[in-house]
Amino acid sequence: MSGPSTYEPKYAAERWLDKRLPIIRMSVDFMGFPSPRNLNYWYAFGGILTLCLVAQIITGIILAMHYTPHVDLAFDSVQRIRRDVPFGWLLQPMHAVGASMFFLAVYIHMFRGMFYGSYKNPRELLWIIGCLIYLAMMATGFLGYTLPWGQMSFWGATVITGFFGAIPIVGESLQQWLLGGYSVGNPTLQRFFSLHYLLPFVIAALVGLHIWAVHHVGQNNPIGIEPKSKSDTLPFHPFYTMKDAFAIAVFLMIFALFVFYLPDALGHADNYQRADPMKTPPHIVPEWYFLPFYAILRAVPDKLLGIILMFGAIAVLFVLPWLDTSKVRSMRFRPITKWFFIIFLINGFILGWCGAKAPDAIAIPIGEHGMTFKWLSRISTLYYFAYFIPILPVMGWIEKTKPLPESITKAVLSGDA
Amino acid sequence: MSDTDKSDENHIGEGGEPTRRDFIYIATAAAAAVGGGAFAWPLVSQMSAAGDTRAAGSIEIDLSKVSEGQQLKVLWRGKPVFVRYRTQKEIDEADAVDIASLPDPETDDARFVANPEGKINKHMLVMVGVCTHFGCIPVGEAGDFDGWYCPCHGSHYDTSGRIRKGPAPKNMVIPKYTYISDTVIKVG
Repeated sequence: MSGPSTYEPKYAAERWLDKRLPIIRMSVDFMGFPSPRNLNYWYAFGGILTLCLVAQIITGIILAMHYTPHVDLAFDSVQRIRRDVPFGWLLQPMHAVGASMFFLAVYIHMFRGMFYGSYKNPRELLWIIGCLIYLAMMATGFLGYTLPWGQMSFWGATVITGFFGAIPIVGESLQQWLLGGYSVGNPTLQRFFSLHYLLPFVIAALVGLHIWAVHHVGQNNPIGIEPKSKSDTLPFHPFYTMKDAFAIAVFLMIFALFVFYLPDALGHADNYQRADPMKTPPHIVPEWYFLPFYAILRAVPDKLLGIILMFGAIAVLFVLPWLDTSKVRSMRFRPITKWFFIIFLINGFILGWCGAKAPDAIAIPIGEHGMTFKWLSRISTLYYFAYFIPILPVMGWIEKTKPLPESITKAVLSGDA
Repeated sequence: MSDTDKSDENHIGEGGEPTRRDFIYIATAAAAAVGGGAFAWPLVSQMSAAGDTRAAGSIEIDLSKVSEGQQLKVLWRGKPVFVRYRTQKEIDEADAVDIASLPDPETDDARFVANPEGKINKHMLVMVGVCTHFGCIPVGEAGDFDGWYCPCHGSHYDTSGRIRKGPAPKNMVIPKYTYISDTVIKVG
């Protein structure tokens, strides 16, 4: 997609610069990137996510100017930011709510990619880089949640670092190495702060590769066929910069709703209690964006197997391009698999619900005793993995797909795009 | 270094033998690998428990402060240590268990440390009060086996702190401790 440059410097100063450092040429070619003309609003989340990353880095750097990574001072320093630092009441919730918004956007972005088959040849590596970004985001989110040093921060960190203790033989030493002591303590908090500061820049570098890859192979589109002629594409600017700008405005309204009216709705009340290593909160839950994986972790009675399944649930995403054997990208032309996808999406919400509830509570009052969340999460975990193996590979072989349009232009003009 | 004038020797060895240049490449790579490893070691090792953290790793506990049926919680290495003065009923319950039926088989006697006279005091159970599942603190006198119950993921421990039901894989840990007098122990 990165064809020959179309930039022609108009002024003497531009020509002077272009000969020495063709930075305007690079930007112009970058923004003129030919994009399929049928992209819908689900394709705006790339831009939204870029905005999220920039916003998180800016608010994060500011918070770091006021935050103190020490077990005796961290909790108070966060409260001081919220109460005393000028505009701290705005900047701290922007960062905390921003993390949730970032994950909301990334989940929509990922499900969009799964629905339109954006991970398929030649976009496998683009998808894998995206998975790496998601993984780095999860690490950053977890590390950041520890920093306010509330009860959920402390016990969340204890539970998550406990995963490493479950590894046979080396587990205990590995856990002590990660924590810098026998349990979650001051050395842990200090290194978590350092790494929480580092990882967003790793994410930014990966995003650079992600965007480079998408510019090289071109964007997928809702009907999943490649652009064939010039009339199939539009320059990214001004067409999609405007479309993205509108989507960003709507997204920011939702963001603002949370920041100004519900700054704590996505958090947990227990995190307003100072961390206490002698008292476990009655019900430990992670942030909402980890709940589905937490449900998978708790679905099995065996500790090590639970951890393997949880990490497996993320690992399977990396091989998705090779599990989906269908030649047709978009689910629009896959009448049966489309429904498996919709169930997969709903199943994600069910897993999240299971992760938020106590395992032995009743989820569905059926039968003599009712179905507990433990059993519901077992069924949901099974479907989660079944979607990847065997449903996707098998459907690729047996499903009769609908006929694909001849070109994007024809599909757009006939109203099918 | 007397034969550096034979410039051909630097490029092609006779009969496919490694040349001097090959040797220099390998030596350079080896030196870089050793140097890199030597540099990486402190970078990795600095994350382990520091000297002061390890030095603070032992405490003394006065057992006489605990009366029958009570439990003392002491912070040791950032985790709570339970000192439970068990009632006779609790000891009998712990002894009556069929060892073969346990997920982590261990006799009740094996969970005690002998005092200097070589006797064990089965009334004083000292253990790390941390659930072996994901490190939560179990609640005392609760659960299906009158011992401890972990509220996080529902593990049940008996009056000996042994895992009986739920996702935890192991019995609660007995720390290394010694009796320094009849009523005082040193943990760690």
